[in-house]
This record gives sequence, C-alpha cells and structure tokens, in this order.
Amino acid sequence: MALLEVEDLVVQFYTEDGTVRAVDGISYEIDRGETVALVGESGAGKSVTCLSLLRLLERPGEIVSGEIRFDGRDVLGLSDEELRDLRGNEIAMVFQDPSAALNPVYTVGEQIAEAIRAHEDVTDETARRRAIDLLERVEIPDAASRYSEYPHEFSGGMQQRVVIAMALSCEPDLLVCDEPTTALDVTIEAGILELLEDLAAEFDTAIQLVSHDLGVVAGLCDRVQVMYAGEIVERAPTEELYYDPKHPYTVGLMASIPRIGDDRDELPTIPGSMPDLVDVPTGCRFHPRCPYAEEACRLRAPSLVDVETGVPADEPAPNDHLAACHEYTDDLVDGLDYEVVVEDGGGLE
Amino acid sequence: MTEHQPTTERGRIRIEGFEEAVDETDRDGVDVWDDDRRSERRGRLEDVWRRFRSNRSAMVGLGVVAGLVFLTVFARPLEFSTMGYTITVQPFSLAPHDPSEMYVGPANAGPSLAHPFGTDWAGRDQFSRVLAGGRFSLSIGAIAVALALLVGIPLGAIAGYAGGWVDELVMRLVDTLYAFPFLVLAIAIVAVLGQGYWNLVAALALTGWIGYARLLRGEVLAVKEREYVTAATALGVPDRTVVFRHVVPNAIAPVIVQATLNVGTVVLSAAALGFLGLGLDPSTAEWGAMLSRGRDSLVHGHWHVTVFPGLAIFLFVMAINLVGDGLNDALDPQGETVERRRR
Amino acid sequence: MSLANYVLRRVVVTIPVLLGVTAITFSLLHVAPGDPIDVVTGFQNVDDDVEASLRAEYGLDRPVWEQYLVWVADVLTLEFGESPVTGRDVGATIAERLPYTLLLGGSAWLLSLLIGIPAGVVAAVKRGEPADEVSRIAALAGIATPNFWLGLVLLLVFGVHLGWFRVIPPDAPLLSLEMLWFMLLPTITLGTASAALVMRLLRSSMLRELNEGYVRTARAKGLRERTVIWKHVLRNSLIAVVTVAGLQITLLVDGAVVVEQVFSWPGMGRLLVDAIGRRDFPVVQASVLLIGVTVVVANLLVDITYSYLDPRIRYDR
Repeated sequence: MALLEVEDLVVQFYTEDGTVRAVDGISYEIDRGETVALVGESGAGKSVTCLSLLRLLERPGEIVSGEIRFDGRDVLGLSDEELRDLRGNEIAMVFQDPSAALNPVYTVGEQIAEAIRAHEDVTDETARRRAIDLLERVEIPDAASRYSEYPHEFSGGMQQRVVIAMALSCEPDLLVCDEPTTALDVTIEAGILELLEDLAAEFDTAIQLVSHDLGVVAGLCDRVQVMYAGEIVERAPTEELYYDPKHPYTVGLMASIPRIGDDRDELPTIPGSMPDLVDVPTGCRFHPRCPYAEEACRLRAPSLVDVETGVPADEPAPNDHLAACHEYTDDLVDGLDYEVVVEDGGGLE
Repeated sequence: MTEHQPTTERGRIRIEGFEEAVDETDRDGVDVWDDDRRSERRGRLEDVWRRFRSNRSAMVGLGVVAGLVFLTVFARPLEFSTMGYTITVQPFSLAPHDPSEMYVGPANAGPSLAHPFGTDWAGRDQFSRVLAGGRFSLSIGAIAVALALLVGIPLGAIAGYAGGWVDELVMRLVDTLYAFPFLVLAIAIVAVLGQGYWNLVAALALTGWIGYARLLRGEVLAVKEREYVTAATALGVPDRTVVFRHVVPNAIAPVIVQATLNVGTVVLSAAALGFLGLGLDPSTAEWGAMLSRGRDSLVHGHWHVTVFPGLAIFLFVMAINLVGDGLNDALDPQGETVERRRR
Repeated sequence: MSLANYVLRRVVVTIPVLLGVTAITFSLLHVAPGDPIDVVTGFQNVDDDVEASLRAEYGLDRPVWEQYLVWVADVLTLEFGESPVTGRDVGATIAERLPYTLLLGGSAWLLSLLIGIPAGVVAAVKRGEPADEVSRIAALAGIATPNFWLGLVLLLVFGVHLGWFRVIPPDAPLLSLEMLWFMLLPTITLGTASAALVMRLLRSSMLRELNEGYVRTARAKGLRERTVIWKHVLRNSLIAVVTVAGLQITLLVDGAVVVEQVFSWPGMGRLLVDAIGRRDFPVVQASVLLIGVTVVVANLLVDITYSYLDPRIRYDR
C-alpha cells in the first residue's frame, strides 16, 4: 500500500464568474520515502492539490469529490482532532513564499517550538532545545542565538530554511513542498534543494515537490507528474520523462527551458496561456495551444493511457509511463513531430 | 508520423521540432486560444453601482436617507425673500404646525393623535419640530463636509504631490490640530466665534478638513509612484494637471467613503453642541438643541421630549453609515477579490 | 534601529507638535473678536485706571509674542493663574476634576476592549454568518447613537423608571461603592461608541490577516484553530487596533465632554463646558491645553507600544 493515495480528486472554487474546477479528477500515489514532482504552469492546480492533502483549502474552494488516503486512513473523513494530529505531524508543508509563511511577530524559534509542543507532550525547555537542534540541521549558523530573532531579521533563503526546520520538527512521513524555491534567488535555490534532498534521506521522508520549473525537479525527484488545467497529462519516472517526453505540453515545457551555451536566438514558447478554468476548451484542454492539434483533439478528451499499449492504466505501477494524448491511442492523423536531441557532457544526474 | 524511439544516450538534451511545429501550425478548424476572450469590461462606475445595489443594508440606508431628505425639504414651505418679493420655491407643508409656534397644544403632552410625538415645554408640536429640524442637521452635515472637502482635498493633494517643506508644513499643522479632539476643537472655535448657524458650520468644517487632507496625502503618495503618473510627468504635463487629472481621481475613493461617513459624524457633533447649549439657539428646532432640556424633562417623566429627536438623529446617522459602508465595499471589493484570486 | 533610538526619534518629532498645541491654545483668547481685557473684566465697564492696571497684571500691555512666552513659561511650571470668574486657582480646579474624568474614561476604555475585541474576533471568524451580521449592525448602531441621547435613555429607563440608579451623582468620595455604582451608566454610555469602533476595526484587520500566509502555516503545523486565531491572528490584528488607540482617546474625550453633562459628572468635560458658558477663558485655555497635551503624549505612547508589538517597525524606518 502506498503512503499517499489520491483518487479522482475534484476541487472547485465558486467565484463571481462561475464555478472553477481547479483540480479535475486527478489520481496518483506516493510511496514511502519516494520523491514525486508535480509540474505545470501556474494555475494548473498544483498548489490546490497540495492544500487539499491537508484539507487546508478555504472558502470559496472546496473538495467536491474523490478520496485522499494517507497510510490507509481516509483524510477527508478525519475528525478535526484527527486532522490536527495529521497536520505537521505526519504530513508537513513547505510554502512558496517563506517571508509570508512566517508570523512576523513571533521569533522563529517560538514558531518551531510551537509545532513540537502541538504534537508532543514535551516541556518548553525540551521543545526549545529541539528547535535549536533543528535550526542547526537546516544549517543556520549560530542557531542558539538566532532562535530568538524575528523572521524579518533573516534573508529569504534563511527564512525558507526555518520553514523547512518547522516542517521537519515532528519527523513527518510526507513533506509537501509547494514551489519552495520560486520566491528565492537562483543562487539560493540550489542550496535549499540540496538541503531538502539530504534531509529527506536523513529523515526517510517522502516528498511531493511542486514546481513550474522542470530544471528544479530534475535533480531531486524519482518521478514526475505533469499537470495542465487541473488534470495530470503525463507521468513517468524522471529520467524517462526528460529523455522521452510523450505529451506535447511536456515537450513544450522542455523546449522552453533555457540552457547555457544555447545557440538559439530565441527560446521557443508554448503559444497562448493557461485557459480560464471557468470556461475550459472542449476535448483535449491543451489543444488550443498545441502545435499538433487536430480535429480529434477538439472533439474528444484523451484519457491517461500507457504510452506503449494505449490502454488506460487504472492502477499504474510507479514506473509506468502514462500520457493523455490521442497519439497513444492512434487517433491522430499526422502524429507528433519532434525529436529529443542528446548532446554530450553535462546533462542530468 | 515519426516513430519515437527512446534514446539510450544520456547527457544534455534539447527538443527539436516543437518550435517548428508551432510556427507551422495550421490553425484552421481548431479554435485558437484567445487571450482577450473574457476581457469585456464593464464601466467602473457601473460596476460600483452594481455592487452597491446588491448590498441590501446599503440600499435600505440609501432609502432612509432619501426619505429623510424628502421629509425635511417638504416639511415646511421654502421661501426666499428678496427686494420685497417672496419667492416660494416649495409650497408644500408636511408638518402640521409651525415648529416654533408655542401652545399649539398643552405643554409637555405625551403622544396623541393630534400630536404624534407629543409637545414640548412650550406646547410646541414635536412632530413638526422633528420634521423641520432635519433641515438644520442635514444641511449642516452636508455643507460642513463639503467645505471641509474643499479645504482638505487641495491641501492633501498638494502636500502629497509636492512633498518637501510644503508637505512638512501642512502635515505638522494637521498633526497639531489632530491633538485636539474633534468636539473639543469645535467647542473652542464656537467659544471664539460665538454661536449661530454659520459659525457652527465653520467650526465643524475647520475641524473636518484635517482628516481628508491626511487621507488624501497618503493616497497620493501611493498613487504617485505608479507608472501612469511617472509617464505623464515624463511627457511634460504640468504638475497641476498631473495632480488633479491623474492623481486625485485615483486617490479619491477612500475620501468619498470617509466623507459619507463624516456626514454622520458631523450631524452627531452638531447635535452634541446643540445639546450642550453651544450650537444653535436652544429654542431652535435643531435635533440636538431640542434635547438640551432633555435632562429636566426626563426627571419629570416627559420621555417623549427626549426620545423622538434622538431617534431622528440615530435614524439618519445609522442610514448614512450603512450607505458609507456599502460604498466602501463597492469601491474596494478587495477583501472579496483577495479570496477569489487565491488558487 | 534599536528600540531606544526609535523612541528618542519619536520624542523629538513630538516637540514641534507640542509647541503647535500651545500656540493654538494660546491664540484662542487672542483671535476671539474683541479685546482680551473684556474677558478679564467679565465684559463689564470699568475705569480706565483699573483697566490699565489689570492689563499690566495680566501682561496684556506687552507684545503678543512676549505674552506667549510668559504664558508658556507659566504653563511649564504648571502655573495657570487664577480664574477671573471664580477667583480660584485654575490648576487646583483642574486637579480636582481630573481624577473623575480619568476614572470614567479609563473604565469606558476597558469596557470597549472587553466588548469590542471578542465581538471583533467572532465577527471575523464567522464572516458572513448571522453572528457577523448581527455584530456589524450592532456596531453601526453603536456609532450612530448620539451618546448624550443614549445616556438620557439609560437614565430614563434605569434611573427614573426602574430606580436602580440615581439621576445625579451621590455625595460620596470618588472611590466609594456608591460612586462606582453610579458610574456604571456613564461608563456604558461613553464606552459604546468606542467598543463599536474597536469591533469594526478588529474585524477588518482580522479579515486581512486571515488571508496571510502565516495563518496557513500555523494550520499546517497542526495547531488548534483556537491557537491559530487567538495567538497568531489576533496578535497581528491588534497592531491595527493599537494604531487607532490615539483616535480612541480623542473619541473618549469628546464623549466625556457630553456624557459628563448628561450625568452631572464633575469631570474635565463639565468644567470645560461650564467655563465656556461663563467665558472663563483661563480655565478654557488650561483645559484645552491639558487635553491637547494628553492626546499628543498618548499618541507617542501608542507609537512606542506599536513598535514593541510589531518588531518590524523598529527596523523599517
């Protein structure tokens, strides 16, 4: 049994303009100790998925249907007290903007110690010592004295380390990281990612990493799931996804990653932008932006199928490669025309 | 159709073919995503009005204000006398009696059919007095706020836009005047100027402009940084034009809300001054002044003398506050948008 | 910037404002139409000789700026002179009245916090629900009710009809049980508008804070909703309430002027109104000055408290 199982999750937002299906029937699972990425442009429903796992969605968002099972338990059916026990203790979260995620009027130490006290029956002194210890483990220099400093006295990267320390304080089984480096400088980013990788191994924690940046995901994750307009459009082990992307959207995302030594004048981009989810396109949601779109794409929505067999996978194994494109059920006339060129040197780990 | 063979090589990867496919895409028969599809914009004012209208309590407030204005205007005939001619602007008289005519009934009589709000110590009809008295309260509120805006907006705009010593000077004056509570300052000004309608209006306007100046200055400082202002300045548009054409209209929304709410505050202050005997003459049919003898009547059990004028003040100020709140929500639906945009 | 530095800077900025307050108060007497000597003589016709000697006594024969300096010097030594109307020492009169107003204002302020804070929290947490609507309307009503009228109605109901309270203060020391009992109605009357203000302000600032990221973090940590609201959100929201504490003081002073009149409460407000009625300008001047200085000092304290509550502020400026 997987650690986390999400099945047919549907999340809606009720807005002035109409009902928005921010997440539309996604299913996936994460095993113990596994690192899985959710990738897509902003608005794809990645953050909403993360918040749903901890039932942190607020009005006007609502989980409409589907199931979330954690360690065999039905998360959506938990009582308030059970939910409180799950949050922070078993599933912890790291947010996008560390400066917003920390309360400006309490010291960082207090904010970590508080998380420990919320789940374990410890003395204030023990909580304090453990918080300092955590600050050390996320490599904040001079942890004991920085314990009593306020968030605004930390740089962005250091703030995110504090948030990570807080998330790890009760040794959770799953760490949900929602764009943990997006708000940070590129130079800081690598350090944070490396830290996450080390700590996940050290604490034997599974990670769900959300990012819009395929580059961030490459080094850290075992598997990648690509989301578009509330749906998962492709999932594969990381290496396979990079060297052999199957969905045109994934291909487009990869084509637009800038590289050092690039000889192209201009980066190709995917035309247009994410559709308004109040009024989603018919058929394949990506078809208005897809350079390979055909008549079939406009008429029918493709289902997520095994790219080899073209058969929908109800219970995919972690290493299966699935994509939601008519190409793999042989419904396209012209097919997809692109090539992955591998050059020497550098590359992925 | 190309066959994709998974590569076995590992190393730096690059996608080829996607870009070309984008360029060559024949988009006939496929509806191209259009960024402007949902961009029909309703007019801003229309939008504000739509939001205001959907606010039930604000509409009730607006109705009450309109009703009270109607009642006070038609309470007694409006006449202007100039050069021997009397022009009657408004001949209707909803009030059954002349509000200042004494002994139209017995003194201190409780509510009856003839005098629905009873009579006061001089036997004047309270119903007529409350109706006609609205003229004082409402006009003082409107005029004092208008005058305060006339002073506060230019000063605040100039201080915010010019900055430097002008700003320093205006703001120190504002800070200093802020040290005096509104009513205390008004009392002091009345003490200096003496009593009377226009003195009262002047006192309330002199204390009222401070708030607008401060508010508008803050807004102007914020708006000033925006690009369209920088653009206008860069194009060589004169300062005066920039301030009043570009900056003020964008900073004015909170001022409008504040002014609406302040009509209520001013009416309350005018009434309080009247109650203290420092506003209009105690025999005037002004709502506050009518209460100045409230304490004595109370002890003698003449509750109606106190209750009705007070209710009138309450009703008007409450209605104005509902309108102000509704305007605030309609002009700045941010709380709502913040929630809506989160996903 | 350290806290000490910040405080020092705020104090320095306050000085010109205090000077402005004295200048405005001083000029009250001098911009009034007519000759200040009329005030001294109580608008009676007196001999030229008497008038000249009075002018000399009150320093009215000297240039205005000199009079101002002398007056400021007197004020600094808490020397307010004698009232030409009652002949009593102005400072002593004020010292007698001040405790009444301080006690009334203080208890009204406390009451406004006791009602306004819980009501504001509940309204924000239950946004859009009936509890929110009810407290919203109640707060608007609290602001819209003329305080003198509220006082009169309370007196009518609880004093005249039910007989629970006297209509005028008992002849008893300020801190006696009788007096404190009597003070209940004035306290409610004075505290109502303040409570409404606190409630509305807290509600809107809580709603803003509830959208902040740290609230989500706190929930994600597995804190109880109670802890999230009362520890994390409230602390931040209260900062907004503290910033208007200065406004609240002016509101209370304004209220006290009126409410003291309604309940015949022998405080500063009544002193001021009576003095204006008697054209007792030295008393008016001293009272207005005291009120102005109190507000300025209170605002200073508010800013210092604010910088303590919000650690960011000390560094930002």
